[in-house]
Amino acid sequence: MSKESGMGKPTGQALHELTLHEMHDGITRRAFSAAEVMRAIYDRIAAVEPKVRAYVTLTRERAEAAAARADRERQAGATLPPLAGLPIAIKDNLCTKGVATTCASKILTGFVPPYNATVVDRLERLGMAMVGKTNMDEFAMGSSTENSSVTVTKNPWDTTRIPGGSSGGSAAAVAAGCAAAALGSDTGGSIRQPAALCGLVGLKPTYGRVSRYGLIAFASSLDQIGPLTKDVTDSALLLQAIAGLDRRDSTSASVDVPDYRAALRQPVAGLRLGVPKEYFVEGMDPEVEQAVREAIRVYEKMGLTVKEISLPHTRYAVATYYLVATAEASSNLARYDGVKYGYRTARASTLAELYARSRAEGFGPEVKRRIMLGTYALSAGYYNAYYQKAQQVRTLLRRDFDAAFADVDVIVTPTTPTPAFRIGEKADDPLQMYLSDIFTISVNLAGIPALSMPCGLTRAGLPVGLQLLGKPFDESTLLRTAYAYEQETEWHKKRAVVK
Amino acid sequence: MALSQDDVRHVATLARLALDDAETARFGRQLSRILDYIQTLNELDTSQIEPTAHVVPMANVWRDDEVEPSPGREAVLGNAPDRTDEFFRVPKIIAEGG
Repeated sequence: MSKESGMGKPTGQALHELTLHEMHDGITRRAFSAAEVMRAIYDRIAAVEPKVRAYVTLTRERAEAAAARADRERQAGATLPPLAGLPIAIKDNLCTKGVATTCASKILTGFVPPYNATVVDRLERLGMAMVGKTNMDEFAMGSSTENSSVTVTKNPWDTTRIPGGSSGGSAAAVAAGCAAAALGSDTGGSIRQPAALCGLVGLKPTYGRVSRYGLIAFASSLDQIGPLTKDVTDSALLLQAIAGLDRRDSTSASVDVPDYRAALRQPVAGLRLGVPKEYFVEGMDPEVEQAVREAIRVYEKMGLTVKEISLPHTRYAVATYYLVATAEASSNLARYDGVKYGYRTARASTLAELYARSRAEGFGPEVKRRIMLGTYALSAGYYNAYYQKAQQVRTLLRRDFDAAFADVDVIVTPTTPTPAFRIGEKADDPLQMYLSDIFTISVNLAGIPALSMPCGLTRAGLPVGLQLLGKPFDESTLLRTAYAYEQETEWHKKRAVVK
Repeated sequence: MALSQDDVRHVATLARLALDDAETARFGRQLSRILDYIQTLNELDTSQIEPTAHVVPMANVWRDDEVEPSPGREAVLGNAPDRTDEFFRVPKIIAEGG
């Protein structure tokens, strides 16, 4: 593994390879216009999307109109927000007014929301241009985007491999240069894992930091929206745009939103970095471990204090998650009944049949499996043994982090135990698929923020992700710790060569 | 923890999912295996541990009861798979003579 491996090429002049802030700089210097950037993005989509299949819907007219508007207003002398006119992809579980929103599920076929998610509203108010809606595991349930009812998205670094999931379309779109950045959602790792496997920065904010209004619910106490970007600066820019209290989401937090971009430049020397021994376990890919250990040495050289810590209940996180998340999902997904929107069976003579058949025909196998597991865990006689037990272990997992953060400022781990696996490799074994989320899941149960960033390429040219975990509402420290690493390394400049 | 076919059928009824026999058998096997894995939680004594339902300490959130415009009937009914005028249309709920 080395920087000179020849895999991935550094950022050149191609407009579709630029970050959001590089696009903004170029537009401000009048080197190119937002309309030219948008044309480059759609040219790139025409060239590589047949191989990658990141999108389920493209919204070219809407995007070009937004880019043209930004150019027009700048021409007229207006100073616009840094994101104005720039191309972003939106995961298909975020409601977009007038644009189909399906969660990549047959049961939401044809659903066109009458309103925008708050995050979409906020980005559009800043003038951002939505390129399209991205593919995902159906209802965000999965780790490979193979559970989509629409198409299988490929990893731009190796199109025989999965891009991760569930925000696999968002990650693949950005990594392939088919959007400058994307929004995803993260219930158990669904932003960070695909970011890691596609060589991107993926941020899951603290629970409550970003409004979930208009995010189609999977597990309401775990879901959080966040950005997938090419570098940490873009992550800060997008978090700034979407963070903050929203009266339409009563779980959004009334906590001040700091200036994240300013925070990037704060010094990091003296910060205390915790390395949990439970995250370096047997079965981890040696190249992943090597890349993460090397990243930790980079931090040591920068003057951070590194100490081993323990998060003793880590091995119970996956079991806890698959009870809490499925229980919440079984309740959230009860609303899909074939009556008010979406798919309805053609074979029902009674209302009860209409419900049961619309759901059986409309949901895919993984969604049904999780509804079944969640329903079972909540059913009479099993509630205490399963659901309540999981909520109690959730308390223990939170306490692990509380105790650790008394001694350290940031926790550092691998994001995933392995690089991207092959399409089909785990598709028939749900439990093996669940265990691939082992390093990302505790974060959602504890509600804390976490970020994945590129920290290496394997000999086969597959990206490796470094995960940073922070204290509640302390995204600033996460972002500046990540930014400091980025200044010392070149991994974030590598771009996938789609073949 | 082996789930019987009857267990699976009972849960499917609760979840309003019309499963065929092949799915019932497959889910029975897969869910049994997942539940076996979940038994690891029983290694922990949690008798004195408060459950966590929600990570952010939160009380009721209040706002003034002000009238605001609604999206309108068409916006709501526009996505209906079947409708009659301003109603969602569904099959008969009560049988003839019932």
